[in-house]
Amino acid sequence: MSLVRSKWLSYLAKSSESDLVGLYESTGLDPSYTYLRKPEIGTIMATARIGNTGQKFNAGEISVTRCSIQLEDGKLVGHGYVQGRSKKKSTVAALCDALMQSDKRTLIESKIVIKLKEIEKKRHDLIKRKAEKTKVDFFTLVRGEDEK
Amino acid sequence: MYVAVKGGERAIDNAHRWLEDERRGDRKVTDLSVDQIKTQLSLSIAKVMAEGSLFDPELASLAIKQARGDLIEAIFLIRAYRTTLPRFGVGQPINTDKMIAKRRISATFKDIPGGQLLGPTFDYTHRLLDFKLLADGSIDEFEPGKDTEQMFQHVTQFLNNEGIIETEETSSSEAESPDLTRQPLEIPANRALRLQALTRSDEGFLLGMAYSTQRGFGRNHPFVGELRIGLISVEFEIPEIGFNIEIAEIEISECETVNQFLGSKTHPPKFTRGYGFVFGQSERKAISMALVDRALRWKELGEVSDGAPAQDEEFVLYHGDNIQATGFVEHIKLPHYVDFQAELELIRKIRKTAFEAKKG
Repeated sequence: MSLVRSKWLSYLAKSSESDLVGLYESTGLDPSYTYLRKPEIGTIMATARIGNTGQKFNAGEISVTRCSIQLEDGKLVGHGYVQGRSKKKSTVAALCDALMQSDKRTLIESKIVIKLKEIEKKRHDLIKRKAEKTKVDFFTLVRGEDEK
Repeated sequence: MYVAVKGGERAIDNAHRWLEDERRGDRKVTDLSVDQIKTQLSLSIAKVMAEGSLFDPELASLAIKQARGDLIEAIFLIRAYRTTLPRFGVGQPINTDKMIAKRRISATFKDIPGGQLLGPTFDYTHRLLDFKLLADGSIDEFEPGKDTEQMFQHVTQFLNNEGIIETEETSSSEAESPDLTRQPLEIPANRALRLQALTRSDEGFLLGMAYSTQRGFGRNHPFVGELRIGLISVEFEIPEIGFNIEIAEIEISECETVNQFLGSKTHPPKFTRGYGFVFGQSERKAISMALVDRALRWKELGEVSDGAPAQDEEFVLYHGDNIQATGFVEHIKLPHYVDFQAELELIRKIRKTAFEAKKG
């Protein structure tokens, strides 16, 4: 299996800080890097469509953090655009992005990105499974006049 | 006459210190953590995020703690903080078809593909106080059901085979989607701008407006075609690399109403629609928003206005923002000594003239 860059950046962006940082630290990697852009907290404006198909409107902002790093070794560049206000999470995401383009890719993919994908799937599955249990099972009572 | 007033500094400092002390409350009771607020008062968080217009559960929890549970004060803190942040850009329009739904119901059709999911709702509870919660009772974890897939088409889409419901279409001018956080809100507002204002409006205000339409002030005969709450991903184009990633996952509530419409000079009889979209689990507000959205559409549907408050976009859009409202209403408690002095002088002068005329 091979993930495209937009996919791995998505799993990194939506992960929780503790999951991402924990998994990253468990790899034991500690590459030297410099910031091309230091971590910066900001927002993006979320938009939606009227009735989901109509005209676009501004729905409100979401906090995000971004940074860009360059690895000393190989000069690869990584971008860390993530949800929330964690500079640590943004930096680790940028490092993972750069390492995913390096010979460490297999390690990062299997030990971090795939794990984050599984965590996300588990979180979604849990909601779906709980919701499924609240599904209404309609049945119609036989009314008197139908019997004649 | 201008009078410089000084001397409040020590009083203000002490007032704020006392405020902090009161916020902490009885030291014998454990301090409330931001995590506790975030995980156990999630519907307060939803309100603060929606009306603060910033999706960030941790910040909303902090604001609620700092504001001692005063949600409008908490919203004020969030709005103030938001203005300090740079905006990196605008996300791609969210596709709510892809929602991971906790709840999804329709009041118009019983048998909808995918079924009706009640989710964690207060509906059908008996509204009896649960005294077990006073006694620290532990709550069983809710056991999930079997594995299942979700892909819920919107109810209004598949019941529209007859063309009996109006369709929502994109407009060519949408590139200039107005943004009231960048340009002052101007009337007349198009529907996109109205929805931006409504989604950050005060829940109580919208509820009152929505209720007024049901009671006859701008009647619009609504049915809840669909109400859904759940998680959706937000896509954003990363400028450095030029493609979209899913940068965030947020919880939203969405409500679509279908409304009876007998037709006008310009539009044939059909069902029309109202739309509600709100951050977090906020279904009361999503429903209210859809009703008010529909009420405000009278002009574009060629209806005759009843002159009802909910149909008056200036009235609704300019008075729904609780931070603007509280700022203006509450500011009158702050010192107005000089203004009042002037009024006092004026009334004294008029009275004097009036008495002298009587005597005269």
